[in-house]
Amino acid sequence: MTPPDYFTRDRRWHPPAFTPDYKTSVSRSPRLPLLSLENTASEITGPTFAPSDIAPGDNDLLTNFAHDGGSPIGERILLHGRVLDENARPVPNTLVEIWQANASGRYRHKKDGYLGALDPNFGGCGRVLTDDQGAYAFRTVKPGAYPWRNGINDWRPAHIHVSVFGRAFAQRLITQLYFEGDPLIARCPIVSTIPDPAAVQQLIARLDMNETLPFDMIAYRFDIVLRGRRSTLFENRPEGN
Amino acid sequence: MVPPLKETPSQTAGPYVHIGLAPGAAGFEIYAAELGQDIAGPNARGQRIRVQGRVFDGTGAALKDVLIEVWQANADGRYPHPETPTSDDARGQVEPGFRGWGRAISDFDTGDWQFETVKPGSVCGRDGKTVAPHINLWIVARGINIGLNTRLYFDDEPEANASDPIMALIEQTERQKTLIARRQDHGRADDAQAPVTYRFDIHLQGPDETVFFDI
Repeated sequence: MTPPDYFTRDRRWHPPAFTPDYKTSVSRSPRLPLLSLENTASEITGPTFAPSDIAPGDNDLLTNFAHDGGSPIGERILLHGRVLDENARPVPNTLVEIWQANASGRYRHKKDGYLGALDPNFGGCGRVLTDDQGAYAFRTVKPGAYPWRNGINDWRPAHIHVSVFGRAFAQRLITQLYFEGDPLIARCPIVSTIPDPAAVQQLIARLDMNETLPFDMIAYRFDIVLRGRRSTLFENRPEGN
Repeated sequence: MVPPLKETPSQTAGPYVHIGLAPGAAGFEIYAAELGQDIAGPNARGQRIRVQGRVFDGTGAALKDVLIEVWQANADGRYPHPETPTSDDARGQVEPGFRGWGRAISDFDTGDWQFETVKPGSVCGRDGKTVAPHINLWIVARGINIGLNTRLYFDDEPEANASDPIMALIEQTERQKTLIARRQDHGRADDAQAPVTYRFDIHLQGPDETVFFDI
């Protein structure tokens, strides 16, 4: 029996390839139509990950690069949420990887030459597998805004990059999360590549006072939705689609 | 009925994607082991190959900050995944250590990228049709708003390619060649152990624009 297909991706919800206000997209966007494929084994399969692939502390950006008991500078945050599919079912055991600038807006990357200071105790990346409910969590610091060479005076809102696999190559996704209340979100040409304001709202992590730890760290909640799957007539999968 | 949720919208991976997905390339060590470094593993059956290429933008410049993810079947045409179609069962299990998945990063100065693996076999496609040996690629970089899916086929599989159902979807037959990697003849007499090398350049725009898929 062939496993069920994934829902068709709604490309009007995603940014189009060609978005001239985000200048780099102009020369890096395909101009011919994408070739539409029905799902085959190549799309409904994808890499799987096990706890042995990562270390327990890989999701703690407060400690995974800190030296000699040091700690990164910045506002300590708990970033958590669930990975769900479009049918609102949890996606368990999937790899979530994040990367970000430090509190001064500087990336630990040999190509980043921004004035902001590097933090000796902050690497800026983390990874974790979702649990059986699709839940994930990271400890980190809130990244700083930083300028970039798009317009003369464009600043990226504070953001964290998120990469998630799901169960199939068809679900592979990289996105960015932003923080509730940031006035730079509405001014950002990369955010504005997304045509529908409702879709932008889906990328804004919400302040979550219920998970905020008093005198320790502020919590933000960010749920991630991957593509859903159709049903099959001959369903024998105990977990459903 | 509850309306379906909407898929989280994509955003560009930006210029520093390596920090998250391959921090060694970004210039620092943090994890005990990076992921995506070994696609086939030591036990993989089949022919060892190397694939190398560059990704070009619309001006003809090579991207120097691109990251490519690889997903492929083993030499028997089987994906290492619990839901791989059961019609492939007769082909046996995937070898221990064969992940079929990996990451290739362009050189920050030249834009050259490469990966080593084994050549995949033909895969069972829809309706029992045979799909020619191919490697699935997913391309992310600064300026790419949503990851680009494409496939790499092999020029030394002309018969399989000619009957491939995906190739047949490309109405402009001239564009089929954008998916075909070219086997390189380096005169390997001095190095019999070197893997067979294929060249696969990807063009994001222009007269040679690669065929990208909506999967």
